Amino acid sequence: MAELHSIMATPVAHHFEDAEQQHEANTLGMWTFLATEVLFFGALFAAFYIYRASYASTFKETSRHLYMSIGAVNTVVLLTSSLTVALAVHAGEHRQRRRMVRFMLATLVLGLLFLGFKGVEYFLDYREHLVPAFNFAWEGDNPGQAQLFFIFYFIMTLVHGLHMIIGIGVIIYLAVRARRGHYDQDPTAIELFGLYWHFVDIVWIFLFPTLYLLKQ
Amino acid sequence: MSQTTPEPVAENHTSTKIYYQIFAALLILLALTVGVSYVDLGAFNEVIALAIAAAKALLVILFFMHMRSSSRLTWLFAAAGFVWLGILIALTMSDYVSRGWMGR
Amino acid sequence: MSATAPALKIREPSYINVAYTAKSWLLTTDHKRIGLLYMVAITVFFFLGGLAATVMRMELLTPQGDLVLPETYNKLFTAHGTIMVFFFLIPSIPATLGNFLVPIMIGARDMAFPRLNLASWYIFMFGALFAIIALITGGVDTGWTFYTPYSTTYSTSSVIPMAIGILIAGFSSIFTGLNIIITVHKMRAPGMTWFRLPLFIWSMYATSLIMVLATPVLAMTLLLVAVERIFHVGIFDPALGGDPLLFQHLFWFYSHPAVYIMILPGMAVISELVTCFSRKPIFGYKFVAFSSIAIAVFSFLVWGHHMFVSGQSIYASLIFSILSFAVAIPSAIKVFNWTATLYKGTIAWDTPMLYALGFIGLFTIGGLTGLFLATLPVDVHVTDTYFIVAHFHYIMVGGAVLGYLGGIHFWWPKITGRMYPEWWGKVSAITIFLGFNLTFFPQFIVGYQGMPRRYYAYAPEYQVLNVMSTAGASILAIGYILPLIYLIWSMREGPIASDNPWGATGLEWQIESPPPTENFAEIPVVTAEPYQYHSDGTFTPQTSKSIREVRQEGHSG
Repeated sequence: MAELHSIMATPVAHHFEDAEQQHEANTLGMWTFLATEVLFFGALFAAFYIYRASYASTFKETSRHLYMSIGAVNTVVLLTSSLTVALAVHAGEHRQRRRMVRFMLATLVLGLLFLGFKGVEYFLDYREHLVPAFNFAWEGDNPGQAQLFFIFYFIMTLVHGLHMIIGIGVIIYLAVRARRGHYDQDPTAIELFGLYWHFVDIVWIFLFPTLYLLKQ
Repeated sequence: MSQTTPEPVAENHTSTKIYYQIFAALLILLALTVGVSYVDLGAFNEVIALAIAAAKALLVILFFMHMRSSSRLTWLFAAAGFVWLGILIALTMSDYVSRGWMGR
Repeated sequence: MSATAPALKIREPSYINVAYTAKSWLLTTDHKRIGLLYMVAITVFFFLGGLAATVMRMELLTPQGDLVLPETYNKLFTAHGTIMVFFFLIPSIPATLGNFLVPIMIGARDMAFPRLNLASWYIFMFGALFAIIALITGGVDTGWTFYTPYSTTYSTSSVIPMAIGILIAGFSSIFTGLNIIITVHKMRAPGMTWFRLPLFIWSMYATSLIMVLATPVLAMTLLLVAVERIFHVGIFDPALGGDPLLFQHLFWFYSHPAVYIMILPGMAVISELVTCFSRKPIFGYKFVAFSSIAIAVFSFLVWGHHMFVSGQSIYASLIFSILSFAVAIPSAIKVFNWTATLYKGTIAWDTPMLYALGFIGLFTIGGLTGLFLATLPVDVHVTDTYFIVAHFHYIMVGGAVLGYLGGIHFWWPKITGRMYPEWWGKVSAITIFLGFNLTFFPQFIVGYQGMPRRYYAYAPEYQVLNVMSTAGASILAIGYILPLIYLIWSMREGPIASDNPWGATGLEWQIESPPPTENFAEIPVVTAEPYQYHSDGTFTPQTSKSIREVRQEGHSG
């Protein structure tokens, strides 16, 4: 029993010397992962901006067909979820389990809300025949260039959405365990999740003007 | 991590205030970027939109992601991704920008 | 021989003897066992890729195509390239020797993220599964470079499973790199300062930087290729407004640095071998250390030299040409410093040293011909000829594979607790060196004369050189099969190895062969710079005490 207790209560894995070393390794590991994510999304952004520079007038036209209002509302939703995650991490650092779980659930709801709005937007795009490979139809000039814009719009938002879905899966897992008190001793996992979630938010912060605000 | 019992209400009030302030700033910047997109400023529209996005990202990184109080090593790691993205964009662009020059 | 450190050693089962079940291997989080899991996997892939090369060399024995169909030949060189690059060379040293040695060399019990380490092996195997599916369902004929629009629009082969397989395997490479970076930053034993790190660690760190920062771009690029191919939309298709050169930019942003993912670990091994077998400290430690980092950074600035004839802007080509010369500087620093280390050293001609000397010579040839290719007008002349093939094989085989084999022999006693048969080791090292040169040196000539790569038939005047090349390849094949046999044999039958058979200074040699699961009984304190080999034949190990002993001395003294 004593042995079991020591395993459960000691958050330091066998190969670390102390909790501080473990904590630093974990956060630095997450930042390294986020650096790879910057380049993962960055390749997409780079490709998009190269085409954007070549086909400026077409891309302005296509940008007008996106639902800027939904995009803006979704930005608010995501920014709010970043706030709730930050508050959840803060609560975790101060060992306030119930408050932490409440903010995690709020984040979960906001994340789902974002995906809901995004789904509605995709449906509206579909109705307007803007989905390449499925029903793309373009009345204006340069249909090839226009389609290129929408390919990037869908890939970028879908890859971002996939990151949201992964994040939602993780936060459900973390919230269930947090309720049971798994992170009372060591809330590092919540902190790492927070870093990830903020990063996904940052991607959207760039996606929104990149895709939706090219009108002029 | 201290063993003393904290006074939750008072402490939270002071230490989470900054998060709400940053959140408000982010919303203001969002309103600003949407507003500017309705005004025709030529090439500056895009520059302003990206500058505001960068400002928002910086706020999130510095305050929500606690970069402000992080070690120099963490700064280095966070910067590396963006620096390398800069390399990708800059050198690729060197091709696209100068491709037309030869014919002139 | 200097004093060993009893306190660091524990009398308990080694990491091999601790358990024998398949489950204990497949669910292990021990970095040493994971290294061996990788070793088994990549050895299978090495011989698969070698098989493809064997058939190609047989086809090229005669000018006319008589052994395989042209389509089959295309699939053979693609299989050879993709397997060797993505499923052998990229994981070769970092995932096997790197996994095994990095924690031990810095005085840690494991990698920073042991479960992630195991996960990355499974991710690798999952990616490998897709690659094998691609091969079984008819193979891929695009070449390992997947150039668009051929790969996205015209090829009728299994491009999608192969692209997905490489994408998935890429994540394994990212996670290995991440693990090594964090381990080096955060897990070093007391006293193991940055400038006491073995040079193996410096190179491994530089390699990991590239893995972490370049691989995601490849992943995204292959994702775009797969999307374009599946949905028939035009991301890189010029007919639909796309730009095929954009694919090449993104592809080479990864794939040029990837060359250094393959060669830097080779350099990592050579730095260890050269000093140990000349019984001299490394010449210019800091230069060798920083040149690794410099290579990692410069490697990202030169990718355009793969695109000199692609229609890339000539001004961009000029920039890339100049930058490509720059990357030769840190590579040359390494070669100079290794040579200076050998100078007046007491050279021991053991098998690992034969590989190390082979590496230095062949890498120098590969590197110098690289300068030809960085030179814009020369490159235009030899683009897509066998000159290119010969050049990168001097780097990839003469460099990376020889480095890998040298490292395997050097650390074999540590990994298995047994010595390999020295005579057979020497025979195979010499066979590989001779076979390699006979295979690839004629390709420089035939390429310079204008024989294009990737064709199943060729003009009759090139036959003599091609016959030489095929003859060399069969010698090379024997050289590869010999170690496979005698190393497996030695695991059961080889003489028991001592803990430090080479009299080397690194931490890994101050513990048992093979090491126990926890590596160190107590975390050591590092008290010396690496490579302190003295002229009288003795050496100072990097550590001789554990933390506990140092503390006790402090209390009593």
